[in-house]
Amino acid sequence: MQYLVSVIDDESSPGSTDRRPAISAFNERLIAEGYWVFAGGLAGTDAATVIDNRGEQAVFSDGPFVESKEYLAGVWVWDVPDLDVALKLAAEASKVCDRKIEVRPFQ
Amino acid sequence: MSDVEEAVTRAHQDEWARVVASLTRRFGDLDIAEEAAAEAFATAVERWPADGVPPNPGAWLTTTAVRKAIDRIRRENKRDDKHKEAQMVYDNTPPEPLGVIDDDRLRLIFTCCHPALAMEARVALTLRMLGGLTVPEIARAFLVRETALEQRITRAKAKIKAARIPYRVPAAEDLPARVSGVLAVLYLVFNEGYLATGPDTDPVRHGLTAEAIRLTRLIRALLPEDGEVAGLLALMLLTEARRTARVSASGELVTLDEQDRGAWDKALIAEGHRLVRERLAAAAAGMAPGRYQILAAINAVHTSARDIRDTDWSQIVALYDQLVQLDSSPIVALNRAIAVAELDGPEVALAAVDRLADELAGYHAYHATRADLLRRLGHSQRSRAAYDKAIELAGNTAQTANLTRRRDQLR
Repeated sequence: MQYLVSVIDDESSPGSTDRRPAISAFNERLIAEGYWVFAGGLAGTDAATVIDNRGEQAVFSDGPFVESKEYLAGVWVWDVPDLDVALKLAAEASKVCDRKIEVRPFQ
Repeated sequence: MSDVEEAVTRAHQDEWARVVASLTRRFGDLDIAEEAAAEAFATAVERWPADGVPPNPGAWLTTTAVRKAIDRIRRENKRDDKHKEAQMVYDNTPPEPLGVIDDDRLRLIFTCCHPALAMEARVALTLRMLGGLTVPEIARAFLVRETALEQRITRAKAKIKAARIPYRVPAAEDLPARVSGVLAVLYLVFNEGYLATGPDTDPVRHGLTAEAIRLTRLIRALLPEDGEVAGLLALMLLTEARRTARVSASGELVTLDEQDRGAWDKALIAEGHRLVRERLAAAAAGMAPGRYQILAAINAVHTSARDIRDTDWSQIVALYDQLVQLDSSPIVALNRAIAVAELDGPEVALAAVDRLADELAGYHAYHATRADLLRRLGHSQRSRAAYDKAIELAGNTAQTANLTRRRDQLR
């Protein structure tokens, strides 16, 4: 079962910026335990562009699709047996990243 | 009630959770299990009056429910692959730690009370899947619309499936936290019945306290070694024992000091005391008691006193001191202050209560406690103002009646 694991940062109380070594170590473990599918940190939301080509012409607009105080700072994809395993890892991930984590199953 | 009706009612109480739980394991789907169980009981209502009550009602109901479930799956044959995919995770390894009994009902409890579900959903699912209450019954008890409750249950079942919430007893290291989550659900159900924001005498609300006790007994049978399970059961029994003495014939709340102690249920008290003694022995052997065990012990002290003046207040304050260590909430501090008033006098207690002003300004019991202490100190005017505030905030009609009388007795 695969889950999208989102790392959520908050403009008004951002997490600490020195988490990289801890996250790398955590990734090593996810790989060793066979749970790791993908991981990636994201650039800031001001680097985002939204494309809408549902009409006659593609429209590009600057910025994220939804303006919000909270934004996605990075993602994982994990392959784990069930939600309990995912939640346990996510609890660790929240400590490791010093940020909130959302766990959402793929269909 | 005829013999057959009685047999159906008894079977429903004894077997509903077992049927739902074993079907959930077999078919890996709460929806199918719930629907098939309901159909099996409906079939029993139809058939038992003519065919007679089967010698083993539980086995009959399970077999019938399994047949209904298979029928439904055949009807939905096209979705068979999808269904397989959506099966719940079932861990077949027998749980060894803590003498846990491998019972499907235990798996069902942990699934229904999973921390990834909203609290209201946990309560609704537990009452439906384990308690066997119908959607209209649960909706009435919690004063929500049936459609809203139905949606709540449907959404929770969908999340269990989509997010793959497992159907199993948690690992030993996670068990204490997960058991405490289950107990929180049951305590909430009990309190909703006991401190209902409506007339206390409403029989449906009594249904909730009874249901909470029944489910806690079940968990006690499944996890006999767990001290907090025993503690919560004792707490519920010792509280329930005073239920009839707690509301007067005119529908007014009767506080502990004015209750007719002869009207307390002796059997429930004896059972509660037995459980508390069992936990005291465990505590003496070095097992630190949790919150429910301490609350049960406090209630055991109250129910041991033949008269309010016989109450061992120093023991009660000592227990609250222990509770404060575990739970620093202002409500615990308020209850401790009430006991302190008996031991050290109202003036000391009032000082402690006043320190909680910021946190508890919106809580009726805070104002009711202040009103009582101010009255005892002879500050009638300030007492009256505090009663007014308490009456304004109290939602329970029996409580309002009590507060109003006390206010009107002020000189």
